[in-house]
Amino acid sequence: MKKTYKIDVDCANCANKMEAAAQKTPGVKNATVNFMTLKMSVEFEEGQDHKAVMQQVYANCKKVEDDCEIFGI
Amino acid sequence: MNPKQKKMLYRILIAAVLLVLIQLLPLTGLLEMVPVPMVLLYLIPYLVVGWDVLRKAVLGVKNRQPFDECFLMAVATVGAFALGEFAEGCAVILFYQIGELFQSVAVGKSRRSIAALMDIRPDYANLEQEDGSFEQVDPDEVEVGSVIVIEPGERVPIDGVIIEGASTLNTAALTGESLPRDAKTGDEIISGCVNISGLLRVRTTKEFGESTVSRILDLVENSSMKKARAENFITRFARVYTPAVCYSALALAVLPPLVLLLLGQPAAFGDWVYRALTFLVISCPCALVISIPLSFFGGIGGASACGILVKGSTYLEELSRTGIVVFDKTGTLTQGVFEVTGVYPAAGVDAAALLETAALAESYSKHPISQSLKKACGKELDPARAANVEELGGYGITAQVDGRAVAVGNARLMAKLGLTVPAAAQPGTLVYVAIDGAYAGYILISDVVKPTAAQAIAGLKRAGVRRTVMLTGDAEPVARAVASQLGIGEYRAGLLPEDKVTQVEALLDEKQPRENLAFVGDGINDAPVLSRADLGIAMGALGSDAAIEAADIVLMDDDPARIALAMDISRRTIRIVYQNIVFALAVKAACLVLGALGLAGMWLAIFADVGVMVLAVLNATRALYTRDLVRRNGLDK
Repeated sequence: MKKTYKIDVDCANCANKMEAAAQKTPGVKNATVNFMTLKMSVEFEEGQDHKAVMQQVYANCKKVEDDCEIFGI
Repeated sequence: MNPKQKKMLYRILIAAVLLVLIQLLPLTGLLEMVPVPMVLLYLIPYLVVGWDVLRKAVLGVKNRQPFDECFLMAVATVGAFALGEFAEGCAVILFYQIGELFQSVAVGKSRRSIAALMDIRPDYANLEQEDGSFEQVDPDEVEVGSVIVIEPGERVPIDGVIIEGASTLNTAALTGESLPRDAKTGDEIISGCVNISGLLRVRTTKEFGESTVSRILDLVENSSMKKARAENFITRFARVYTPAVCYSALALAVLPPLVLLLLGQPAAFGDWVYRALTFLVISCPCALVISIPLSFFGGIGGASACGILVKGSTYLEELSRTGIVVFDKTGTLTQGVFEVTGVYPAAGVDAAALLETAALAESYSKHPISQSLKKACGKELDPARAANVEELGGYGITAQVDGRAVAVGNARLMAKLGLTVPAAAQPGTLVYVAIDGAYAGYILISDVVKPTAAQAIAGLKRAGVRRTVMLTGDAEPVARAVASQLGIGEYRAGLLPEDKVTQVEALLDEKQPRENLAFVGDGINDAPVLSRADLGIAMGALGSDAAIEAADIVLMDDDPARIALAMDISRRTIRIVYQNIVFALAVKAACLVLGALGLAGMWLAIFADVGVMVLAVLNATRALYTRDLVRRNGLDK
């Protein structure tokens, strides 16, 4: 399953860090962050609860980039 | 500017004023009376403008993500303070923040201008009620088959069919085409167009989520998810580069003094630490990290404004390296509709009468050729004038027209009747006519070439396309004529639909290294070829879902000149990307060497960081402006 979330982050490098953090989160098959459109697109692994995974993604992103936000999770 | 940016601007202004005051005021006297160390004075503007950088640097170290811009800046400026270079430390952080603010404003501006270009989202739909009045509702709530009313000046919210009214529609936001289209009762109407003149009642045929406008917005918003190689390169580069620079700076601060000590000379630790800090400031990778995605974003945005949807920055990159373009002829280079292009009566036969007789004989047929004969006649024909119509599969038709025996068909039919026919000089489909057993002439029917096709081919060649190949199911003479008329280098004629994949595969084998093959089709029956080519371009895709799915680049209307335009946009975008990479790396490398040798101070370092970034961002925003390219491809009318 693939879902797209709106995000808010200030710098391009921070967006790259969020992308790396999201990719490393268990349950995430692949993730891309687009700084220009401020969107994060997450592909979940089969049978994962996307809400729970996104909470973890959010926590991991917060860890690498304090000043970020993911909406609609 | 948003509130966050405004706050930053105030912080920068306050810090700048404080810094100037500290520099200019005769403080030495004051300081003798109140023993405040100079460092505390400078710390005020430093913290005003840079506290968040310090905070992020500390957080980064805490979360084991130490090597980022903030860390570089924090180390460099704290180091400068430690060396007693208070003013320089403040200036570095001040300029760094100015650069960040500039970048944030520039990106916000690009975001907004692209959003404005793609501002096709309808806010409401006028849903007709049972009593004939209408109510504004969210387009999402309109069910398929409902009747909506579109007033002049309003945007069509949902795809549907006009059941009452006539108007002209502005499709510019969808196709980039500025000429309005006429629409009347019975026509299909696409969401996203603007109704210009008359009131329209429309029965919806799709839900909002499935309508053209939703699909396009979806495509554009998710477009840059497929990142280009240049973008991924920069991401990977930044991951390796920043730690590498930090360690080099550390080495620069420690190793030379140690060597000097061993050689029995003064170590000059302060001098080398200063050089190391300069090194850190110069090396900040922000110019690259921001300007590369910004260029691609601008290129994709500029292209969508011209009715060219690119599904990801990687495709923009691929398109710029396209050396072979393969066209499907029908519907791409030609209009895919047959038209009578010549009537050649035998001696003593009237041309108009010949055409009318042929059209009457064919009047019961639904074949495209019959349709084109009827259309060419230009008047209503009474089918009752034709009797005893007999279709001979593979030959043609025989009938009694106005009481005379008429045969209409191909050369084989004429041969069967024992008639000899002249060979036609022009390529196309020939329809021979015999009346009362005597040869009466022939009618030439051909597919009409799109007016801009030749110009598009020339544009592609100018943009560096090495080979242009046309694939067609037509016979060889037709293919040759169209190819030479359009200036297409090669053609493959007489192909069956399934041969197209084989042909494209053969051409893929003939590619040069680092070269791409693009296939251009109209999206009808060519999805397999679109996905087999390096780059699939579907044109005239409004309403064709299969094409939007299969292609990498979607042209909203069917004007081939947009292929050349897309190529020009992609090449300019890539050029900007490489300009920025080369420029930023070259300036930084030069400054790094100068810094390491002690020839460049903190001020040059600030230029190498912030100045380069500002220039790179300004250069990147050029990718958004495509007006000159539109003009060059003759699409500005």
